Amino acid sequence: MRIWLQTLIPPAISMSLYFVIFGNLIGSRIGPMDGFTYMDFITPGIIMMAVINNCYSNVVSSFFGAKIQLHIEEMLVAPIPNYVILAGYITGGVARGLMVGLLVTIVAMFLTDLEIHNYFVVFSIVILTAVLFSLGGFINAVFAKKFDDISIIPTFVLTPLIYLGGVFYSINMLPEFWQSVSKLNPILYMVNGFRYGVLGISDIDITWAFLIILIFIVILSAFCLILLNRGTGLRS
Amino acid sequence: MNALEINKLEKIYKNNMYALKGIDLQVEEGDFFALLGPNGAGKSTTIGILSSLVIKTGGKVHVFGHDIDTESNIAKSYLGIVPQEFNFSMFETCMEIVLNQAGYYGIRRHIAQERAEKLFRQLGLWEKRFERSRTLSGGYKRRLLIARALIHDPEILILDEPTAGVDVELRRSMWKFLTRINREGKTIVLTTHYLEEAETLCKNIAIINDGLIVENTSVKDFLTKLNVETFILDLDGRCSSALDSDEFTIRQIDPFTLEVDLVKGQKINALFRLLSDCDVQVRSMRNKSNRLEELFIRLTNKDNTQEE
Repeated sequence: MRIWLQTLIPPAISMSLYFVIFGNLIGSRIGPMDGFTYMDFITPGIIMMAVINNCYSNVVSSFFGAKIQLHIEEMLVAPIPNYVILAGYITGGVARGLMVGLLVTIVAMFLTDLEIHNYFVVFSIVILTAVLFSLGGFINAVFAKKFDDISIIPTFVLTPLIYLGGVFYSINMLPEFWQSVSKLNPILYMVNGFRYGVLGISDIDITWAFLIILIFIVILSAFCLILLNRGTGLRS
Repeated sequence: MNALEINKLEKIYKNNMYALKGIDLQVEEGDFFALLGPNGAGKSTTIGILSSLVIKTGGKVHVFGHDIDTESNIAKSYLGIVPQEFNFSMFETCMEIVLNQAGYYGIRRHIAQERAEKLFRQLGLWEKRFERSRTLSGGYKRRLLIARALIHDPEILILDEPTAGVDVELRRSMWKFLTRINREGKTIVLTTHYLEEAETLCKNIAIINDGLIVENTSVKDFLTKLNVETFILDLDGRCSSALDSDEFTIRQIDPFTLEVDLVKGQKINALFRLLSDCDVQVRSMRNKSNRLEELFIRLTNKDNTQEE
């Protein structure tokens, strides 16, 4: 929050540009998708994209920054259990992700006429996804040794997976083979889970979305704690 | 009770470098203890293990009887660490850094604020409390490290080269501060390159060289091991003739300066009697080098020579 001008405003502006360019200008020529205007269709995906990117980048940059500046040692020498350190960073990532998500939603409300289909699904999917990608950012930061290392995963892994995760299209438009390939992308389940909560439509079964997110959270949390207990990248 | 008890502590780094080769060390409660040694001897590794930033390969460490492996959080709560490098956030103010650290130890905000004010005033940091740490000079940063390490009122304060790079005035004021808190009951362990610092402040010392403790004794006992002490005498007037003595080795550096070796057991009164008999007036007298430094060099060089 201290540097909100860097952390909250830029993603809100870039997501607004997505709405204007893809939703409004190009979307008006695409026509309806699954019974909704293109703008309405992409809105949940764009909100989710903002949440995923910001949770990840918040944790990866703050934890890596603490490592590089050595002030992570303040916590390591103190009697703080490792799960508390992890929970602190994850809470920070989730908070930023949700704040940016809220700002993008506010922008979307000026451009679309959305009515939430299922509040429980919306809030549970967005919070669980934020936790999951905060954990991902944490692991990236633990292994990162230089600044390049914290931008490689977001650029070469996260962004392609988000774009291919059904943010801008329905996988039903793809040939059967590519539909099956798309189903290997975990982000597809998060975007579609959230889209189900907002619009009531989804390319996948919503139960799978919850299951996959929860499984990933359990695995990544355990991995993060193992890394902290071993002192990987933190203790020599 | 021992504040610190280190038994057979070993550290082998990944490149198969033996930093510690099974050291044993005890520091009593209330002691002012110096861990001395040349660069790369293993001092910072030892402190790193105590502060849990370095993972030991073998051995045991107890802090006030608490094993750092099995009771790590209790052991940590006894320790205040002042590292060699500045390791606080450059974007936070001095007050934020200290209050956040208090939070990590579960200290309530209002108690932490009271303690922070007291420490900041004692260390001359009060005027800088709202300044971001990156804007501070090296001396103030060093003081901030001490304030942060003391905010949870630890039983043991561990300082790794606390006066490295600070000016003489600040060094003296830090010595005064450390002496006072030691008198008030805090156990202090420090590493330093300034042997004058160890001689002035510490009750006990250990010398570590090449991962082994080569000396562990009180400063007083250690200094008695010095067999020959060399003094410089500044004369009040010119000394024109050479001074011959069977008892003392006297060298004339220039017409106004003499250098005298005093072997253990020789009395300085006898030297002055000799000088008076020769009508040599002495204006002042000083050690040629710091006594502890002399012993330290002999001890660490001896080992290096043996290796060679």
